[in-house]
Amino acid sequence: MNGPATATLKRRDFLKTAAGGAGLVIGVQLLPGCAVSGDGNAAAAAAETSWSPGLFVAIDSTGKVSVTCHRSEMGQQIRTSLAQIIADELEADWDKVVVVQASGDPKYGDQNTDGSRSVRRNLTRLRQAGASARRMLEQAAARQWQVPAGECYAELHQVIHRPSGRRLGYGELVRAAAQLPLPDPTEVPLKARKDWRYIGRQQPSVDLPAVLTGRAVYGYDVQLPGMKVAVIERPPALFGKVKKLDDSAALKVSGVEQVIELPVLEPPAAFKALGGVAVIASNSWAAIQGRRALNIDWDAGANAAYDSEAYARQLLEAAHKPGRAVRNQGDVERALSGAAQRVKAEYYVPHLSQAPMEPPCATARVSATAAEIWACTQTPQATRRSVAAALGFEEQQVTVHVTMLGGGFGRKSKPDFSVEAALVARAAGAPVKVMWTREDDIRNGYYHSVSAQCIEAGQDRNGKTVAWKHCTVFPSISATFAHGTKSGSAGEMRMGFVDNPFDIANMRLENGEAEAHLRIGWLRAVANVYHAFATQSFASELAAAAGRDPKDYLLELIGEPRIIDLAAQGVEYDNYGDPIETYPIDTGRLANVVNIAAERADWSRPRPKGHGLGIAVHRSFLSYVATVVEVSVSPEGQLRIPAIYVAIDAGTVVNPDHVRAQCEGGSVYGLSCALGQITAKNGAVVEGNFDDFLVARINDAPAKIDVHIVASDAPPGGVGEPPTPPFAPALCNAIYAASGKRIRKLPIGGQLRG
Amino acid sequence: MKLKVNGKNHNFRGDPAMPILWYLRDELALTGTKFGCGAALCGACTVHLDKQAVRACITPMSVAEGRAITTIEGLSENGDHPLQKAWAQHNVPQCGYCQSGQIMQAAVLLQNNSAPGDDDIDTAMAGNICRCGTYTRIRAAIKTAAEAKS
Repeated sequence: MNGPATATLKRRDFLKTAAGGAGLVIGVQLLPGCAVSGDGNAAAAAAETSWSPGLFVAIDSTGKVSVTCHRSEMGQQIRTSLAQIIADELEADWDKVVVVQASGDPKYGDQNTDGSRSVRRNLTRLRQAGASARRMLEQAAARQWQVPAGECYAELHQVIHRPSGRRLGYGELVRAAAQLPLPDPTEVPLKARKDWRYIGRQQPSVDLPAVLTGRAVYGYDVQLPGMKVAVIERPPALFGKVKKLDDSAALKVSGVEQVIELPVLEPPAAFKALGGVAVIASNSWAAIQGRRALNIDWDAGANAAYDSEAYARQLLEAAHKPGRAVRNQGDVERALSGAAQRVKAEYYVPHLSQAPMEPPCATARVSATAAEIWACTQTPQATRRSVAAALGFEEQQVTVHVTMLGGGFGRKSKPDFSVEAALVARAAGAPVKVMWTREDDIRNGYYHSVSAQCIEAGQDRNGKTVAWKHCTVFPSISATFAHGTKSGSAGEMRMGFVDNPFDIANMRLENGEAEAHLRIGWLRAVANVYHAFATQSFASELAAAAGRDPKDYLLELIGEPRIIDLAAQGVEYDNYGDPIETYPIDTGRLANVVNIAAERADWSRPRPKGHGLGIAVHRSFLSYVATVVEVSVSPEGQLRIPAIYVAIDAGTVVNPDHVRAQCEGGSVYGLSCALGQITAKNGAVVEGNFDDFLVARINDAPAKIDVHIVASDAPPGGVGEPPTPPFAPALCNAIYAASGKRIRKLPIGGQLRG
Repeated sequence: MKLKVNGKNHNFRGDPAMPILWYLRDELALTGTKFGCGAALCGACTVHLDKQAVRACITPMSVAEGRAITTIEGLSENGDHPLQKAWAQHNVPQCGYCQSGQIMQAAVLLQNNSAPGDDDIDTAMAGNICRCGTYTRIRAAIKTAAEAKS
């Protein structure tokens, strides 16, 4: 039951008939969602009688249910989860459900697949969509039988007349149901939670068969008739431009057809094309070879002097100076001066690259009046807007098809690569696929912000923390959109900073200024990554200073179960865009996951010499995650992770296996955040591939990952991002417990040696 | 030059220096073999050349002359190789992009070692990156497939 698999079945059939000729041209578009069925005749026949009660459900006369997924699939199995929600309320037979991928269109509501909000913003809405369709099928059957609708109920793809036992299949009811008016979805009764059939249960991914046989279609896999392939040499430094181009050697490469210069990027960078020189060729290899043969003199531009090492020193200095107060309670200076003991530390997290396994890639076909894009995008609507703006089109002239994404992690929330494809396709007068190589991805990205933080705390005679002064400094994502921005945005402040959950009487939180010299962008969990690293590392340092167990001390810092009311303190806090009444900051739930993770790790059991446990907890995207990491550190500094224990409270869960998978993968992603770094010299990123931008490999990964999902009927929180932030601090706290070495600056690198 | 891909005979007349990856993807439309790094650093492009796992992104076509390439599309007739079944059983893939390379690499591991332990698996699979972080499930699935084969 999936789009991509069936779409490529058609391709295979085509290949069977066309195989044999060299230089085969593919005549069928390979796109998820474009072909609803592998059987063309059945699809055509069904289309005549297909009924769409609302945006997300269509049922044809064979009874096949097509669920439209308007969120992008990048590994979180959202296509499966959203289908589960609709199929449940629709009382559909799971085997008769297929998933169709939506193109970019505001009619679906928000489609920007970031912020861990696909389930939390759509659970109710899609239940209503499914329930509305079910209601109409019941009414259609009642009308046909001429019985009261209340005597009819739907069950597994049939409507049943309770008194007589008569039954009609969904396919048989489609024509009659199509005559009925759509009910107000908010008025339709939803199933009781106990009657949920698919929600809350493990359901195999709808895309699994296609993925496991290589038939799933990602952005990189799109092929159109007459399509060219382009790779682009982009300015090494942000806002650099071509001074002199010699393309004579490139044009001599067999298969290279055209070399064009892209428009010079003017600030703000936003989602615009970066500029540079595109080599357009008949095939991928020729394009790559052609680019190698380019000879370009660059004017490095305004960021030519950017040196990440010098910049790190500046950031750290700024973190020690007073900044703009974003939360202030009690009198932190007085409490510090009266403290029995003062503890101070600085933390540094470098720039990082999202580095999804599939680098950005987009294909465009542009005529004088319309543009069509196929892309592995997290944000089809922003893609549509950005492409329209770049081409001087109205939005309605642009269609954006969403392929499968080979990972996203925030990189594919920026549609710059689709804009490039549109511009190059227009210049080429043919469909063009713009492929980013790994070096392009690592060197020309939207980077996780580099950050420096300084925290100073005061403890009283009993070791209780009575003062907490914390300054965070980082170039803001806002600078990518409003050139010259130097302060952190409210969005960045809310991510694990102003919402500090510790019960400390005197707390002052500040933000210092920093200028951006690269494009700064979202990476899985965003500012939560560095804020949790500093806050949760320092919590463990405070425990050590007080001579206390880190887990017990963490619980003491969190304090009694209570709801934190930031508004009462005059703190700006948007709670990830959801109402604070529905999703309060609940320290009881925070402490609960700490206790569960510690219990599952058997926290108090002594570990062998050279082993250690570390713990961290963090609320982000409205969910609560605690992580315990067990490490061993050899005398030579060899780090191993025998086990980790993750406890998550994400409220209502649609598919527990997806949540487990996100906890596993989010933790490994957090490990990568402690291993890799992006540095810059002369304005240009130094790293280029997986040999110098280090990410976790299987031999780095935990040997065992234990995940506990807190059973809850609270509204759903986010899942894709929340497991990442607590990992690095739990890891570094464990390293301290095992070796006595305190890692305050990431990456870990050589700090464990000697 | 002549070669076999997934059991079928092919005749290639292009640039012998071109990596196998682009021949498979651009000319044969076998897009299950993925581009990840272009430098043999991530394993997403892993295919079998005869019975060896190779990185298609750096292996030139000239090396394939007279030999047989197997890609994920040709690993089994119906997607029922023990590894594919084990991958499904453990619900290994997240985004899935690296998984054809992972499976092709694991298939060669199982050819050479019918009962690999954790260290064997880590050593054999260390060249295959998964950014979604499915490593614990990959280990479990390889063991399941090994048991199923024995």
